[in-house]
Amino acid sequence: MEVRWSILLIIIGASIVTLIPRVLPLVVLSRIQIPEWGMRWLNYVPVAVMAALVGQELLMKNGEMSPLQSNLELLAALPTFIVAKLTRSLLGTVVVGIISIMVLRFIF
Amino acid sequence: MQENLQIKQHGVEVREESFLQGVKDCIPTLLGYLSIGFAAGVLGKTSGLSVTEITLMSLLVYAGSAQFIIAGMVAANGSASAIIFTIFFVNLRHLLLSAALSPYFRHLSPLKNMLIGSLLTDETFGVAMAQTANKTYISDRWMHGLNITAYLNWVIANIAGAFLGQWITDPQKFGLDFALPAMFIGLLVLMMVSRAKVAVDIVVAVSAVVIVVGVSLLTSGSVGVIVATIIAATIGMVVEKWK
Repeated sequence: MEVRWSILLIIIGASIVTLIPRVLPLVVLSRIQIPEWGMRWLNYVPVAVMAALVGQELLMKNGEMSPLQSNLELLAALPTFIVAKLTRSLLGTVVVGIISIMVLRFIF
Repeated sequence: MQENLQIKQHGVEVREESFLQGVKDCIPTLLGYLSIGFAAGVLGKTSGLSVTEITLMSLLVYAGSAQFIIAGMVAANGSASAIIFTIFFVNLRHLLLSAALSPYFRHLSPLKNMLIGSLLTDETFGVAMAQTANKTYISDRWMHGLNITAYLNWVIANIAGAFLGQWITDPQKFGLDFALPAMFIGLLVLMMVSRAKVAVDIVVAVSAVVIVVGVSLLTSGSVGVIVATIIAATIGMVVEKWK
């Protein structure tokens, strides 16, 4: 139940460098008028960042591309995508994803 | 304009955008938070952090990726400066999330914007963005409901993981690690179906995936996400102009 000084230092430093990028644009950009092209650009950030995160989660492992023929995550993503599209339910998507990967790992 | 906003806030939409509604809209993401938070707690424990340290970390840092990095680098005896520097880069993508949300919170004071930003995550961002179709602003009460529910669940899951970490050796066996990509897939699809730009969105999404793989192979994963987001969003902006 102790907190070491070295760990406390890491936690505080990490929380500061995490907090600043989270807060700064919200505080600053909501004060100023963003030009039309800037708004159009920001409009595509959500899809771009989520797709990038999905791509990284499914296709990369330890800084390298996972071999396609043994990529169970990619296979499990298929029913996950379909359920997301059909049900539009986040919870349903997550549950189907977890079950899919469990079944695939059990079989292979 | 000002009057319109007032009526909207105190009229019909009050019921839809209350704190409680924000709590309810967070529920679909909870399983994801619980499993990832649980995994973060277990991993923290196995890398030698105490339960108090893990609790403090989830309360202050509140970012899955950062916490996984701390656990990994502490276990490998990394220096404090190296750990903090790495986390800075991994979490730089929050700049883009925060910027994309900012137009919807123009009606709030800087302090309220700060409160909202401090609890911003990939998931709460995704949920908020999926709600923005045909809206010009997001209610701060709703956003606080969403944020605080996610935050509390994260901290509880971390503590539970830290306590149970001593007995769990392989959380992968239960497929819990797939909760994160599954949630990202759900959020991506929800965002795309909530607005009528599917063709351009698909171009943006495919570009982002190709770029993130390419850049991650050359540099590192966190740089990859940032570069892919910037270029793919620019592609979307340009393609939209052409059409």
